[in-house]
Amino acid sequence: MFELLSPALFLVAGALFTAVLKGHLRTLVLFAAPLATLWAIWQVPDGVSATVTFLQYYELQPVEGSPLRRLFATVFALMAFTGALYAFRQAKWYELASAQAYAAGAVGVCFAGDLITLFVFWELMALFSTVIVWCGGTPAARAAGVRYAIIHLLGGVILKVGIEGVVVHTGSIDIQPMLATNFDTWMILIGILINAAAPPLSAWLADSYPESSPTGSVFLSAFTTKTAVLALILLFPGEQVLIWVGLYMVMYGIIYALLENDARRILAYSVVNQVGFMVCGVGIGTEMALNGAAAHAFAHIIYKALLFMSAGVVIYRTGKSKCTDLGGLFRTMPYTTICCVIGALAISGFPLTSGFTTKTLISQAAIDAHLGVVYLLLAAASAGVFLHAGIKFPWFVFFQKDSGLRPKEAPWNMGLAMFIFAALCILIGIFPGYFYPFLPYAMDYEPYDSAKVLFYLQLLLFSGLAFFILLPLMRRTLTISLDTDWFWRVPLYRLYTWLGVGLKRFVHAVRGIADGVKGRVQDWSRGEGLKSGTLGELLSQPITATSLWIGVLLIGYVFAYFL
Amino acid sequence: MNGEKHAKNNPEQNPEPWLVRPESIRGICYGSVAVLVIVVLLETVVPIKGYFTIDNWHGFGAVFGFLSCLIMVLVAKGLGLLLKRPQDYYLDIPAEQEQEKEKEQEEKVDV
Repeated sequence: MFELLSPALFLVAGALFTAVLKGHLRTLVLFAAPLATLWAIWQVPDGVSATVTFLQYYELQPVEGSPLRRLFATVFALMAFTGALYAFRQAKWYELASAQAYAAGAVGVCFAGDLITLFVFWELMALFSTVIVWCGGTPAARAAGVRYAIIHLLGGVILKVGIEGVVVHTGSIDIQPMLATNFDTWMILIGILINAAAPPLSAWLADSYPESSPTGSVFLSAFTTKTAVLALILLFPGEQVLIWVGLYMVMYGIIYALLENDARRILAYSVVNQVGFMVCGVGIGTEMALNGAAAHAFAHIIYKALLFMSAGVVIYRTGKSKCTDLGGLFRTMPYTTICCVIGALAISGFPLTSGFTTKTLISQAAIDAHLGVVYLLLAAASAGVFLHAGIKFPWFVFFQKDSGLRPKEAPWNMGLAMFIFAALCILIGIFPGYFYPFLPYAMDYEPYDSAKVLFYLQLLLFSGLAFFILLPLMRRTLTISLDTDWFWRVPLYRLYTWLGVGLKRFVHAVRGIADGVKGRVQDWSRGEGLKSGTLGELLSQPITATSLWIGVLLIGYVFAYFL
Repeated sequence: MNGEKHAKNNPEQNPEPWLVRPESIRGICYGSVAVLVIVVLLETVVPIKGYFTIDNWHGFGAVFGFLSCLIMVLVAKGLGLLLKRPQDYYLDIPAEQEQEKEKEQEEKVDV
């Protein structure tokens, strides 16, 4: 049954029904569609079972199964389910429907056997994630959504240029490992890296995610960047440049998160940081490293969603998201605090959490590949993650000073969703033996080697010490930090408005001249005794004026050509 | 809101939670220092074999973790001087304002 029908279609149907149904029926669809997708994902056989001819020339492979693809699709479906549970009583119906369509895009990318199918689902994601940003409902969210859409449409165009090039030059639309060696493959790589929030356009992520609704950011954190990681694993395993791109992202995320005052923006920067670990793993490219990237993506979706959920609860209950306004919330939100701390420990890679059993795979791969510098930078980054996401985020939101806020605990559905993900963080951390067999490559790896555990305990606990010693240096200020988005939000925007005004003046000047000419012509036509204003009337009609303009332009063009 | 008033008016009835009392904070500090000392001392029992020559000495993880954080915070602080702006920085050039200006200009031009 699933040779041609992508499991994503269940979510597409779910999105449509969510949009038209109401009440309990809608709730039923919200839960049933991800579960049906989850079931379908595990019915997909390995390899390509059937093809469809498209435009007489291309053999599309809408469904291609493999352990790696199923792993990513599973966590996306899981996310769609738990996200729906988290949001269904609080979010607007159009946000819920968009989230399902967005998840459908992500699952569709997972099973896309060819570049054309991949592109279609890729754009589906871009479309509906933009809607989710807009669901923030504020003017800031609308503006951020427009910027988000522009960057993603640009990324889509670059990806499409690359795909066209590869198809024209190799004749193949297959998804297969390649290296960035020529223009086409570079375009594909850049197109994917834009979605992975790689430099220099990485600013789109921290610009848009924090503007969405408290529930929207949970969905946003999961799909776009992780499908990009999957695409990198499928298309560019072992591409050396990715190691350095990944390391840059890791450090960029930490530094900006340290400067940030907005709780959700801290988490947004830490998404870039975590995706950096995965991109680096793809760059290393060994079986262990790819396992690490895939496993880390799986674990990351869960704990990052958990962190965004706890931030979402705080914003939902207090309406505030700035560290300077928050603090001391553990008094009345103990349950949310515990869930947040579990997520924070998991993102820091503390032993007995999912972050430890997945992130150390990438570090081990760096050791095995004798990449000493990469290993040490990743270790330093692990310390930095504990600093900015592991302690800073829960500390400033739930502890530090008493802000005087006494919000109620999370609503039951949000609490239950957080429970599911918190439990998964711990289960994957304590029983990695049940998780590793789902990874794409068989491997012999024991995360709980006593020396390794002790090393990471030293690393993390002493970065905790550093946090509290350096706390005076990290006093929160009512500021934002300039990022690369400054280039398109200030100078590029000014240029655009300046050109717009200039163009308007030019058009007005030309129109003035034209009016003058028209007046003359009218005088002339009257004077010549023609029926009153025939030519003048004709010229005042829009169509005539347009054709006249086209004529003028053509004459100008012919002149320019001969010059 | 009620809870807030209640807590402020009756400190005896509704004491500060355990976590923020001065004596428990002191206890947490001592406990943390003890844990830090233990994880470094444990290395004598559980030797950590470095993978590259640089990470072979005792307490490397602790020093490396602390120093990396120190450097990152200082770098962030330094970059902050350069990059930090008031939080309404981008609001000074909102699209709406620009559009308003454009409209005004258009009207002027039309007149």
